[in-house]
This record gives sequence, C-alpha cells and structure tokens, in this order.
Amino acid sequence: MADPIIRTEGLRKRFGDVEALKGVDLLVRPGSVFGLLGPNGAGKTTTVRILATLLAPDGGRAEVAGLDVVRDADALRFRIGLAGQYAAVDENLTGLENLELVGRLYHLGRREARRRGAEVLERFGLAEAADRPAKTYSGGMRRRLDLAASLVGRPEVLFLDEPTTGLDPRSRIDVWAFVRELQADGTTILLTTQYLDEADQLADRIAVIDLGTVIAEGTSDELKARVGGAVLELHVQDRADTAAAAEALAGLGRGDPTIDPETGSIRIPVAEDGATALTDSIRRLDERSIALADVALHRPTLDDVFLALTGRAAEDGTEPEPPTRRRRRRRESAGAAP
Amino acid sequence: MIAPTLARPPVNLGERLRLAVADAAVVTWRNLVAIWRVPTVFVFELVQPIMFVLLFRFVYENAFANIPGGNYVLFLMPGIFVQNAIFGSTTTAIGIAEDLKKGLIDRFRALPMARSAVLAGRTVADLAKNLLLVTVMIGIGYLVGFRFQQGPLAALGVVVLVLAVSFTFSWISATVGLAIKQVEGVQAAIFTMVFPVVFVSAAFVPVSGMASFLQVVARNNPVTYWCNLARYLSIGDVAMLDPVTGLPTATLEGLLVRSALWIVGLLAVFIPLSIRLYRRLA
Repeated sequence: MADPIIRTEGLRKRFGDVEALKGVDLLVRPGSVFGLLGPNGAGKTTTVRILATLLAPDGGRAEVAGLDVVRDADALRFRIGLAGQYAAVDENLTGLENLELVGRLYHLGRREARRRGAEVLERFGLAEAADRPAKTYSGGMRRRLDLAASLVGRPEVLFLDEPTTGLDPRSRIDVWAFVRELQADGTTILLTTQYLDEADQLADRIAVIDLGTVIAEGTSDELKARVGGAVLELHVQDRADTAAAAEALAGLGRGDPTIDPETGSIRIPVAEDGATALTDSIRRLDERSIALADVALHRPTLDDVFLALTGRAAEDGTEPEPPTRRRRRRRESAGAAP
Repeated sequence: MIAPTLARPPVNLGERLRLAVADAAVVTWRNLVAIWRVPTVFVFELVQPIMFVLLFRFVYENAFANIPGGNYVLFLMPGIFVQNAIFGSTTTAIGIAEDLKKGLIDRFRALPMARSAVLAGRTVADLAKNLLLVTVMIGIGYLVGFRFQQGPLAALGVVVLVLAVSFTFSWISATVGLAIKQVEGVQAAIFTMVFPVVFVSAAFVPVSGMASFLQVVARNNPVTYWCNLARYLSIGDVAMLDPVTGLPTATLEGLLVRSALWIVGLLAVFIPLSIRLYRRLA
C-alpha cells in the first residue's frame, strides 16, 4: 500500500488487569473508509481514542497523517475530527453557537468559525434549526450536529465511533449518506461499528477486531470469501426440534452447523453451488418429520464471517468463554466508553 | 482582544499564552451562556445560602453570648460571604463531571486548544457567577441588619478576598471533579470535603467556643484567616478582640499575609494538578 494515512503497529493498552488492546496493527489508505468491526469490549473505542490523541498507548505506536499520536499530538489535533459515541453537543448553545465554539477552538477566528458553522449546518440539513438551542433538537438532529462539529475543522482524517448506534433507521441512512459524501470530498474516515451491514455498506476495507486483536482484515468480499461458498439457513417450526434437526443435518455442509435454539435457526456453510445441500436438507428433515418454517440459501454475510472467525455470533451472548473472563470484558467496555 | 487564527501549534511562549487566554475566553463565554440561559440553576443555588443566613441570624443569635464586637449579625455575615465563596465553587466540579458525562470533554481534548482552557474557562465563569452570588448575599446581609463599617474601600476588599477564595476553591473543585468523574460521586465528595473545612473554622462561631482538639485545627484552617480578614475589613479591629481577655488576637497585616499565602499556595498546587489530570484523562 502506498503511504498509509493511518498506521498502527503493535498497539497495546491495559486498563488495570484488563488488556484492552493486545497488539493492534492497522494500515489505512488515504481517502478510504475503513471499518473497525467488533462486538462491545473488543477494543474498537480504545483504538479510536488512541488515534484521536485522547489516550496514550502502553505499547506499540500509531501515526496519523504522518504524525505520531503521542509525540506530535498537538499538531495532529489540527488535522483530525472526532465524533464519539455520544452526541457531544452543548445543550444550552444553539446549533450554530456549538459549531462556532468548535471553530474558534480550532483557532479559525470568530468570523471564519461562524461562516464555516453556517456552511456545515446547511450541509447537514440543520440550517433552519441553526438558532435554536440544541436541547430542543431530536436525537437524530443532535447526532447530525455532533457530526457537523467534527467537520468544522475540515479534518483530513475523521474518526467516527459507532456513528449510528441508537439512531432510528431514517437517521442511520442519513449518516451513511454523509459518510459517502465526505469520502467523495477526499476525507479519510475510520469508523467503528457493531453493525455488520454498516461495515458492509460503507467500508472499503474492514478489520474485524475481537478481544483486543485484529482477527481478520480485508474488503467485505475478501472476508466473505474466507467463509466461502454459500450459507444454508433453516428455521424449524417447533423450536424444540432445533437440536434434532441439527443432528439430522450433520455432515451435510462444509462445516459444523450453528444452531440458535431461541429462534429455532440452523446455519450451515455449504459449497458454492448449494442446491444439492438444499434439497438434501429438506429430504433429511422430511424423513424425520421435522417441519420447517423457512429455508434459504444465501451468500455469506459478515455475520457468517464473524461466526466463522470467532466461533460465535457478533451480537449475541453465547460465548465459549468462562464466566469470569466475560465479566472482565464487560467491565472493560464500561471503562473504555465513559 | 482579537482572537488569533492559527493552523498549527504555538511555537513560542508568547503564542502559547495568547492562545491559552483566547481559548479560555471562548470556553468562559460558553459557560456563561449556560448560566444566563438557564437562570433557574442560579436561583436554586441562592436558596441554600439565604437559608443559612436566616438560620444563623435568627436561630443562633442569642446562643452565642461571647461574640467579638458583641453583635452576631456583624460577626456572622463576613463568615457567610466566605462560606458562600467556598460552597459556590462546588459548581466547578459538578460542571466538569457533567461535561465528562456528555462527552464534551472528549470533544475538547481532541481539539487543538490549550490544555488549560477547559478548566480556566470553567473556573473563570464560576468566578463571575460567584461575584453575582456575593452581591446578592451582601444585599441579604443588609436586609437582616449587617452593615460594612470601614468604608467602601474596605468593603471592596471583602469582595476581592471572597472572589479570590472562590477562584482558589474552584481549582480544588476542578481537581476533585477530574479525579472522581461521575456526577453523583463528585457531588458527594465535594460536599463531604467542604462542610468540615468551613464548619471547623471561625466562619460562624468564635474558635474559642470549640472543643479543644478542634480549636487547634480551626486556628490553623485557612478559612479562619479568610473569615477573620473579611471581618476585620467589614467591622474593624473589634472583630479581633478576644471576648474573654479583651486583647487583640491578630493584626491586619498578619491576616493579610497569611490569607494571601494560603491562596497563592493552594493555586500553585491545584492549577497544575488539575491540568495534569485533564491531560491524562483516559
């Protein structure tokens, strides 16, 4: 890759007895959208906080726009923008005043700060609400104002930490559109997300991060190719039959079926041409009189990728880990996102 | 002052100072806007000190027979002014904890602004708020029978002293806010700290009436120096006469020097300490 704009090498960070990052290596191409994908407590926020100069790493190094995030932090802050997990806006200030505040703290001068504030508000569809206190804004408007604030300084690199968490579907699509627009303007964007479809939609490249390490990296297609083939997904009518159905389907695909007794679903990775497996599965279940509610054959999603990489789903609670370890990770996620 | 425009970090001390002042001014403006637009917060902050004045003025008046100067209202009000300066500074810690909770401190820390500006902007805005507070309290004092008796200059001296104390405690308060971070915890911690500091002093009663082990603490408590200086400037050296022996217990010069040394000393510790905590927030 030619001159990455973000480069981390062996980034490590520890909070008390919890190792939040265990050596994270990332390379991000200028002008790209890079997705950091992983469950809560994986280390996504910690990584972003280090890159945005909020947190010093314990080990390894990180460079953004050619500047060291620790040594050159003062210079770097002129060139980055950050929108965190919460809409960090001052509720007592109007939308425009919020942006003016940020602009003046970028040392743009009062007039220029005001001008850019108005310009960014316009772009985010908030021009009409410019003179209203932010406390009167809806959740989606606040998030847009927060994003707007991160752009006042015209950053080369923008960090978005879970930019759509807690947003309604409509606002979520708006945020996606802004991200694409910004990329078209040449901004490099690193975003974290727990939503696989979000990374799939937006990111040129994705790093899957889990328990403080990058476990896979590539384009969405490359990651899907790692699972290979297709996925056969079946839903039994009676959830009590889930285990029996899985047993009946053993050896059918290219890997072990994953079952979810809660929903009565069974997922099996199958070969590219899954038609044989599809008819086979129906026949096998029919022989045992297990009724199906639904059956589908589809290309693997990032859900399947995550499952294939970690042995568990990205967003559910079934983890092949001892309970003490799990509690620790929870504590980390609480500590890493104050 | 013209706000500087700069697209790179300051390179020398002059530039650094200019930016620190400009950034602090911007943050001060932001905090003052909140006080201005949500005046109910300030009105509620006034309730408690007014309650203190009324309680002490009318409940305890006759309980304290041996008051220097013989008049409890005159003795009490300068202590109340200092108490208010200290209690009024607790908003600094709470404001910082709230900014932390809302993610605003994260936003500020990722901006190319001076590392001191968020704290300076908060303490200066609270200083302005506390000026308003002390003005109201002087008015309340006049309603319940207090009068400055040493002329306008000495009265101004009381206001300056009270503001200096409030500014000092705002920095202590900022340190507590950054150390504890959670709003509820900060609230509990700051009041647990401030109550004994104020009550084990000459703020409301003469030290000579306290249990002997507390007298040692109270006599060396800076709050005692500040209250006695405020008293001296309000009602004259009669405030300093021992009620039993009738002899002066302190001189104006002594009080001035000790009061100033404590203020400068505490600022010298807590300004750098709080900025350090701000830099190292995780």
